[in-house]
Amino acid sequence: MEQDFLTVRVKVNGVDKRVAVEPRRMLSDFLREDLGLTGTNLGCEHGSCGACTVLVDGQSVRACLMFAVQVHGKSVMTVEGLASDGQMHALQEAFWEKQGQQCGFCTPGFLMSSYELLQHNPNPNEAEIRHAISGNICRCTGYQHIVEAVQAASEKA
Amino acid sequence: MTAETTLKPRMVGQAIKRREDPQLITGRGNYVDDIKLTGMTHAAILRSPYAHANIKSIDTSKAAAHPGVVAVFTGADMLDINPLPYAWQAAGVPNNANGPRALAHEAVHFVGEGVAVVIAEDRYIARDALDLIEVDYEPLDVVVDAEEATQPGAVQLHENAPNNIVFEWQCGDKAKADDAMAKADMIVKERIINQRLIPTPMETRGCIGHYNGGTDEYTLWMTSQAPHVHKLVLAAFVMGIPEHKIRCIAPNVGGAFGAKIFMYSDYPLVLWASKRIGRPVKYMEDRSENYKQTTHGRDHITDVELGVMKDGKVVGMRVHTYANMGAYLSTASGGIPTTLYGRIITGVYDIPAAHCLVKGVYTNTAMVDAYRGAGRPEASYMIERMMDRAAVELNMDPADIRRKNFIQPDQFPYHNAVGLLPYDSGNYEPALDRALEMAGYANFRQQQAEARKQGKYLGLGISSYVEICGVAPTAWVMSEGWGAGLWESANVKVQLTGKVTVFTGTMPHGQGVETTFAQIVADELGVGYDDVDIKYGDTANTPMGYGTYGSRSLVVGGSAMKKSLDKIKEKAKRIAAHLLEANPADMEFADGKAFVKGSPDRAKTIAEIAAAAAVGANLPPGEEPFLDATSYYDPPNCTFPFGTHICIVEVDPDTGRVDLKRYIAVDDCGPQINPLIVEGQIHGGIAQGLAQAMYERAVYDENGQLISGTLMDYAIPTAAMVPHIETDYTVTPSPANPLGVKGAGEAGTIASAQAVMNAVIDALAPFGVKHMQMPATPENVWKTIHSK
Repeated sequence: MEQDFLTVRVKVNGVDKRVAVEPRRMLSDFLREDLGLTGTNLGCEHGSCGACTVLVDGQSVRACLMFAVQVHGKSVMTVEGLASDGQMHALQEAFWEKQGQQCGFCTPGFLMSSYELLQHNPNPNEAEIRHAISGNICRCTGYQHIVEAVQAASEKA
Repeated sequence: MTAETTLKPRMVGQAIKRREDPQLITGRGNYVDDIKLTGMTHAAILRSPYAHANIKSIDTSKAAAHPGVVAVFTGADMLDINPLPYAWQAAGVPNNANGPRALAHEAVHFVGEGVAVVIAEDRYIARDALDLIEVDYEPLDVVVDAEEATQPGAVQLHENAPNNIVFEWQCGDKAKADDAMAKADMIVKERIINQRLIPTPMETRGCIGHYNGGTDEYTLWMTSQAPHVHKLVLAAFVMGIPEHKIRCIAPNVGGAFGAKIFMYSDYPLVLWASKRIGRPVKYMEDRSENYKQTTHGRDHITDVELGVMKDGKVVGMRVHTYANMGAYLSTASGGIPTTLYGRIITGVYDIPAAHCLVKGVYTNTAMVDAYRGAGRPEASYMIERMMDRAAVELNMDPADIRRKNFIQPDQFPYHNAVGLLPYDSGNYEPALDRALEMAGYANFRQQQAEARKQGKYLGLGISSYVEICGVAPTAWVMSEGWGAGLWESANVKVQLTGKVTVFTGTMPHGQGVETTFAQIVADELGVGYDDVDIKYGDTANTPMGYGTYGSRSLVVGGSAMKKSLDKIKEKAKRIAAHLLEANPADMEFADGKAFVKGSPDRAKTIAEIAAAAAVGANLPPGEEPFLDATSYYDPPNCTFPFGTHICIVEVDPDTGRVDLKRYIAVDDCGPQINPLIVEGQIHGGIAQGLAQAMYERAVYDENGQLISGTLMDYAIPTAAMVPHIETDYTVTPSPANPLGVKGAGEAGTIASAQAVMNAVIDALAPFGVKHMQMPATPENVWKTIHSK
């Protein structure tokens, strides 16, 4: 049984991928190990910290709680997909401007959660931002600069 | 020398965005787990489910036969790896020290201690094979509470530690303190528990060991705050590898907060295993392992007495603390509840007589070592709680009792009653005044009284703190039991093309040191900020340094760099004088040029000088080519940052819920190189201290099982649980270093827990509450109200 591989066809950051994986392969390991997209970091692997947050068909998920085979036929966006043509996304610019990160390990997850928020609510207030990112843990910043960054990005957009 | 005279404000003092960030926000960070080596294998460690047991046998045969498994080892295979050393023992007293082995041999002493390792082709297979190992344990009695562990009849962890005592250490003058207490108008007593915390960097710990049989060299990629120290300890104490044959590399490190300073079992394990199997070995903790086996912080049980006069003057202090050290002594653990705690129990107050006795105790729990603040949060929490406690007994305003006892500006350098180095500089009242002003304190008590009439319970907590930062000088820390140096180093190279590369011995992991240091270099050498690069983390190309912790990178490491920059300017002046045919004694260096005094047109730019130095064809007689300098800096004293934080809460007595309404921080870390970075450090530090007051508690049950063993059970605050923080600063330069800086990394954590708890307890005053233990969870608050 353990020798059985399944083929996953998935669009990752706009690029079609076709990879054979074990059925038990986690989406997080698939992205990091099989596709080399190490921007998605693993902070707990039990769905609590949000560091591995990516978007599947536009919805945020914990990559550590999902099997790679579950994204077959779907579209995945990771932190590497935020910038385009070498230009940072407005959120990335704002995280830089406001120093929304210190060690940076949780940051990709915050960016993806914030991206999802701004897709649905382009002008969130502070409480809405704090609520939207409360599935992500940052141990360095105390969150204030992250909140300011999301606010700044929403004002630019 | 003060900051004003040495640093002209161009880049320095500007809140510029960090150069570290573009890679981190585009997914191009390079953390240990992102590194893949050719032929790399993956280790998984079988961990003890028992807190205390003898290992009767281990059968690894089924695991070893599992497809994809490369090797399985147990503690018996690794007896050539020494137990991990304890680099900081309590000074001047016997230490009944015991260190853990790479894998446990014959007995385990805490849940999570490693007993076997599987090395496999991938992580999934390694984990599968762990389930195939059979271990026969003989469970033993367990003790997890430090006070209980010292009582008659408690199970003994180690033969050399009767009553589980590691050390009994004291500071201050007992007779003088007893005398002062006898003469005091009133003695205020309390039992104060500083609960165990789990540091929780978002990146767990991990490493990749690679032994090259062709060169006989070991390389260790690791999540480290101090790669040079790790290299030294692995070479000299743990593995006996010649020091020139081992290289430690810390790439991006995803937070640490103290927990990544220390030596851990998995570091020698992967190096040893790599040599045995001839392939690189990666080990990354999962979060559960991080919680069980990486060091914890705090865990003090303290009985404290304050002797006070009717006018509010504190005349004496006596402290007795049980410090839970865990199952073994971690690398620096002996110094945390002694030097970094006992010697600063009197805080910002001029208390003439004090005594502190600390018992370090073994228990069947994870090792306890430095966690952000390390000893100083415990001390500051205790004295600040007691000042409020005394104010309540005296019916005195908590701001007034602080003013009454503050060390005064003319008392610096100030020698406290518990034998610390002299406090370098300070001016405590302006920070208190500013915080009170920001909080609207003049009207607060009236608002509070009116709110109480409406059944709303507001509380305001004040915390005036001082900390010990930039920890050094070496001679002092060695006299305090630390086993090595605490100086720092920097090599500065001005390349042929005028670009500058700095190699620092510090090891930043989120502090923004690259940005801060580059700001200083740009101003000092008059070069473009973007023409400066700061390198760190690889022992093969950076000078020896002791690492990043204790708010010391800028204070000690930045000062080492300043020394190198000064040397470079001197050399530049000599070379320019030669090129200009001027007298070297007539040269000055400013704005990126060496020029003849009074004739600024007769000048050579730093780029011209660097080119001349690098080519080396036309140099003063005896001058060596190339414009670089290496310096080692050992400061004459620590620094003593300070400030006042104020928290305002509202407590709902029906549910016990605490609403954090406002948080105000006024800090003094000396002159700020980058105020945006300082602000970030303060915010993050406050979030961690506030979390201790409100949410976090590491809990072991009576069997030594870590109940708070995942992020589902240990309450790290989210964005919705931390309030907006209002900040301001005062600036009092330190005379202890050429930059005048004091350090900002730990201040927030050291100041905040007691600001919150003082506010909660103030809010509960109508219920007769004078003290409660942390954290102020709804359950705890409700029970406290209803127990009165």
